[in-house]
Amino acid sequence: MSARVPIAPGLWTDEAEPRLIGGRRADGEIVFPMPDGDAAARAEPALLSRRGTLWSWTTQGFEPKEPYSGPQPFQPFLIGYVELPGEVIVETRLVDAAPADLVIGMAMTFAVVPFDDARSTYAFRPERQP
Amino acid sequence: MNDDVHIIGAGIHPFGRTDGRSGRDQGVFAVRAALKDAGIEWGDVEYAYGGSAAAGSADIMVNELGLTSVPFINVANGCATGGSALAAARNAVASGACDIALAVGFDKHPRGAFNAKPAEYGLPDWYGETGMMLTTQFFALKIQRYMALHGISRRTLGLVAEKAFRNGTLCDHAWRRSPVDLDTILNAPVVNDPLTKYMFCSPAEGAVALILASAKKVRELGADAVRIASIAFRTRPEGSFEVFAPSIRVGGGGKPTEIASRAAFEMAGIGPEDVSVAQLQDTESGAEIMHMAENGFCADGEQEHWLAEGWSEIKGRMPINTDGGCLACGEPIGASGLRQVYENMVQLRGRGGERQVPNGPKVGYSHVYGAPGLSAVAILER
Repeated sequence: MSARVPIAPGLWTDEAEPRLIGGRRADGEIVFPMPDGDAAARAEPALLSRRGTLWSWTTQGFEPKEPYSGPQPFQPFLIGYVELPGEVIVETRLVDAAPADLVIGMAMTFAVVPFDDARSTYAFRPERQP
Repeated sequence: MNDDVHIIGAGIHPFGRTDGRSGRDQGVFAVRAALKDAGIEWGDVEYAYGGSAAAGSADIMVNELGLTSVPFINVANGCATGGSALAAARNAVASGACDIALAVGFDKHPRGAFNAKPAEYGLPDWYGETGMMLTTQFFALKIQRYMALHGISRRTLGLVAEKAFRNGTLCDHAWRRSPVDLDTILNAPVVNDPLTKYMFCSPAEGAVALILASAKKVRELGADAVRIASIAFRTRPEGSFEVFAPSIRVGGGGKPTEIASRAAFEMAGIGPEDVSVAQLQDTESGAEIMHMAENGFCADGEQEHWLAEGWSEIKGRMPINTDGGCLACGEPIGASGLRQVYENMVQLRGRGGERQVPNGPKVGYSHVYGAPGLSAVAILER
């Protein structure tokens, strides 16, 4: 896991409990990811919460066309949006869950997960019940 | 400004797959049909607007139609290409710049889901590499949340598709001409939960041309005309949830469809209750359901009752997608929005044959929606 490199630089922090890096615009609105190019000058990096709630979800059961570059053979995956309260709603992979487990509004936690043998990506998973 | 603009001719090239005929040739076919319907010659057209998303420029059509020196403006506006051409043609007539204008849209897409490139949408490469850059996901994510918030069932998603294929069997320009029963729709492979393969439209081919004219010209020609009561085209406002969004604003925002719809009704001086027949963007079953509410025809959640009671059937209280919509016709992007207007022309002129809406419909409403968050509404009045 530690041998894998992030799918892109600047998406999440390099710390024990990594956080997504968004951008806070002058009007206070937070976007994800941090804008690049000329727009970067108009936003400050903002570290996002590791906990949120499920906003929506779906399955990806067939292999997307290029530029998708996931592992072969294709493994179906889940994607969704997670609302980080008071911050922003981010689009994300969902892991450690089956469709039957997912309920809009359920608590979710951030994770960095393998994308393929060489790269990692970000995801959210259902929060473990205490 | 003379805002009394009419459609006097409508032509279509059947949607679906036509091997051996280019998208633009399908466009020429539609223009010739529209000219014949209007009872005019190509040389009578004083302004032309048209385009496609994937089948080249429209102005080359003059090679086939005739070198009349007509000003022909290419429109390249994604899913709003047809709607933008229509709005521009209407403005050309309304401004007094001409008395007869053409709007044409055509397309020919490869098979399979649309293949979007992140950079063209201002998105980073990882967004596509990790498999998030799919339009089908967006529609599934939007309806999944809508169903949870407003009590829409999977069965209702299936009923929308079943209606589309049933209407398609009655329509000579539709691609899918065979009925599909509800169980088959609901039990088909899932593309993106909750949507099965029969609940999505497919990229396709086809073309539509419309001839617009001033009131003066309508009288001169004695044309079988339908008046354009309003056209409104809007892009997305702050906070709207659209395709290819790595993040969305907490609490949401406006919707391009709601804004375009309100503007079109206001311009026409009528409300949703005055509409006799509507063609609403149905990229997938859930889109038709959500667009019923976004266009003001019902409150969120009432669609469950509408579909159960058959209110949006051809003989129902407010028929929706009488030619089978995108689900039965497929979606050639440049032509799709104009197909809706074409179908309203058919209905308001009483030429629908087996799919004719009964009791002489007077007001036709059409709504196209597409990436990256735009919406165009046209209201026709007989």
